[in-house]
Amino acid sequence: MKALMLLSAALVAAPVAAQTIAITGGTVAIGDGSAPIPGGTVVIRDGRVVAAGRGVAVPAGAETVDATGKWVTPGIVAGIGSLGLVDVGGVQESNDSGARNSPFSAALDVATAINPNSVIIGNERAGGVTRAIVSADARGSIFAGQGAIIDLGDDADPVTRPRAFQFVELGETGADRAGGSRPAAYAMLFDAFAQAEDFRRDPKGFDGRSRDALLKRADAEALLPVLDGRMPLVVHVERASDIRQVLTLPKRFPRLKLILAGAAEGWMVAPEIAAARVPVMASAIADLPASFEQLAATESNVGRLQRAGVTVGVLFDGSGGEHGLAQFAGNLVAIGKIPGAAGLSWGQAFATITSGPARVMGVDGEIGSLTAGRRADVVLWDGDPLELSSLPVAVWIDGKPQPTRSRQNRLRDRYLTPDEGALPKAYSR
Amino acid sequence: MSAAVLALLAGCAADGGGERPKSASSKGEKASALGRDKGYAHDPFPSTYHAYPGVPTLVTNVTVYDGEGGRIEGGSVLFADGKIVAVGQTLEAPAGATVIDGTGKWVTPGIIDIHSHLGDYPSPGVEANSDGNEATDPVTADVWAEHSVWPQDPGFGRALANGGVTTLQILPGSANLFGGRSVVLKNVYARTMQAMKFPGAPYGLKMACGENPKRVYGSKGRKPATRMGNVAVDRATWARAASYKRKWDKYEDEGGDPPERDIAMDTLRGVLSGEIRVQNHCYRADEMAIVMDMAKEFGYKVTAFHHAVEAYKIADLLKQNDTCAAVWADWYGFKMESYDGISANLALLEKAGACAMIHSDDANGIQRLNQEVAKALASGRRAGVDVSDAAAWRWLSYNPARALGIADRTGSLKPGKMADVVLWNGNPLSVYSRPEKVWVDGAMLYDALDPRRRPVSDFELGQPGEGDVK
Repeated sequence: MKALMLLSAALVAAPVAAQTIAITGGTVAIGDGSAPIPGGTVVIRDGRVVAAGRGVAVPAGAETVDATGKWVTPGIVAGIGSLGLVDVGGVQESNDSGARNSPFSAALDVATAINPNSVIIGNERAGGVTRAIVSADARGSIFAGQGAIIDLGDDADPVTRPRAFQFVELGETGADRAGGSRPAAYAMLFDAFAQAEDFRRDPKGFDGRSRDALLKRADAEALLPVLDGRMPLVVHVERASDIRQVLTLPKRFPRLKLILAGAAEGWMVAPEIAAARVPVMASAIADLPASFEQLAATESNVGRLQRAGVTVGVLFDGSGGEHGLAQFAGNLVAIGKIPGAAGLSWGQAFATITSGPARVMGVDGEIGSLTAGRRADVVLWDGDPLELSSLPVAVWIDGKPQPTRSRQNRLRDRYLTPDEGALPKAYSR
Repeated sequence: MSAAVLALLAGCAADGGGERPKSASSKGEKASALGRDKGYAHDPFPSTYHAYPGVPTLVTNVTVYDGEGGRIEGGSVLFADGKIVAVGQTLEAPAGATVIDGTGKWVTPGIIDIHSHLGDYPSPGVEANSDGNEATDPVTADVWAEHSVWPQDPGFGRALANGGVTTLQILPGSANLFGGRSVVLKNVYARTMQAMKFPGAPYGLKMACGENPKRVYGSKGRKPATRMGNVAVDRATWARAASYKRKWDKYEDEGGDPPERDIAMDTLRGVLSGEIRVQNHCYRADEMAIVMDMAKEFGYKVTAFHHAVEAYKIADLLKQNDTCAAVWADWYGFKMESYDGISANLALLEKAGACAMIHSDDANGIQRLNQEVAKALASGRRAGVDVSDAAAWRWLSYNPARALGIADRTGSLKPGKMADVVLWNGNPLSVYSRPEKVWVDGAMLYDALDPRRRPVSDFELGQPGEGDVK
């Protein structure tokens, strides 16, 4: 995809009419938090958004798509998860989401493993997901390694931004990975940062390859951009006191660029998070004391964080595939009718699954909305995308039309009638 | 961050069905029927559930889904003394009745989840509370889920308030081929499990096929380690059960020395005599077909396959066997046997005339079963299978009630049935709607507009977030 962008940039003077698409007459949601715009137009050219909204002129020679009665939106930005890393979760040999037996941790780079042909990618693309924030799970260490931003395009080049962030566990999971307690997790964190500085000062003198080295050379090297603030550090914590502890880290490591993931009790410390200008990826639906670090979980968490001024994206934590984020966002609108709950407007809710996660990850200049200049990741829906009755009818990624057939649809079509005809089902396709 | 992983072991229950319920009944029926209550007690942990007080209530100007496929626009629902009195276009309010104007709102029967682990895998999900899988032997028909149920699980309250769930079946997990007995509960907090027990609901037997049993025991170097091993252990167990049943039937008919008691075999005898319903965790179509043949071999019936993600491939066969499929709307891909899951599953089952229903298997999913059905409807319509909204409500209440053997008492808004009723603040098949009020046996146990009608379990009392909107 990157190659394509460079190519189109180099050919500005060339005729572009064939690459210009105008989607007209639909309800347009920009994805930036604003309200949907009935009767809007979206123009995309050479893989980028040119304009979106009401009164947008259709360029001469543009290919037009009639969206009357439909909705036009940016694609869903799904995360933080394993899209592209997994064929079947429970089938270990098909699952690259964690490496318990690896000697490495922070150095692990998921970009090396993304498989754009994974059936799950095809299914979720057909469901309206166009980009994903991909991270491994931390297994043998508090560090999960370096995550990536990917696209779900039907092509051979899925990685939008490799090594986009480092992921670390500092709550209950971190305690477990570090040997059994939160102090052990912090000891591991501080020692890793200290060793990274040792490596910076004297790369030749740094051990990091002996069997008993606490941190491998490659891991120390991978932590330098984190310490320099060139790579965000996504920290998974849930409990209010854990969040407060994480917010103290910049005192010791002033250039850290923190992002919180989880933060089920974030609403209890929302003003502190907002003051620290730390963005959050939070669940929309976690409302149970599923663990002792999530005792105060509520569906109002996202709304309360947002009201306090925190930048929030919704985290995918379901089981039916990442396209379910639209349903989660819809629920954030629904709770607005419940006294005492902190609901979101439709525009705000839709932003939590599009520009919200993009902003949290620092890539909202590239993806997550139909603002001019963004990558043209566009979904045409047969209705309100947050509503359960709606489904995508067309998807573009980087301006390129995407196949809407998925393996799931093929299975469905094969078994529309269960009985076999003149030949076994294996011949029906 | 890995909800799918939780699903690997957590879910799965099977309810089997028998025609004759016997469980929480506290009526003390005379033990004269064949094989019942003569040699040993069939109901040693009887229900002590009682309905809470309610007031005669008339809800007017609502859209009604009656749960059996009926729909009334601008209708009214009247209930009193814990029972549905009438459902119709216009009803007169009896003297003293509370009248609720439901303009713009909807009334449905309470949702019934046939597959839940609330109480036996409660929140918080710490090891000390992990009571759903007696994963020490592939055959544990002797365990009863009710002996694991913790009535203080915060999940019950969420299922009521956010999900409109009024009845649920709690199942043992799916590590074992014979996981143990299920229990059906009214979703009403109580100090004891017995006080939640649905009076007179039949017991279920949870069975499991496929990956879980063979993985759990195969990894311990024990049988079963394969799918054929699963069926071999199943058949050997049913053969023993048949023999046990013969001995006890003979004793109860003819007297003499009582045969040796075997608690596990009591349950299997209950299945073979039609008293206990088989609720069978099974994903793959080919395995379901084998299990249905096995059931015929030993003379029992599978009431429902749970997690039946491939049910759409054999919808005709399920219909032929009068066996239901209880499914998620769209879970797939988290394990090999779930790889072929599709979101049109429910609609394709309905199209073939098979008995189908939604289920949760999940403390979060149980709060949105109405939304899950709405997604399944949309997928069906995209495939050209147009099931009406009103018909789809059967997947949420009437069909699970039938599969649990309680459809004569709940699951639809028919006069005389339990007043298990939800008033939704909009169309419940829209993502934008929530329960506004929930009644169980006519008692209002949740009111979104009244914080005092919001249950707070013992566990949450005095903790951060106590009594918050959730």
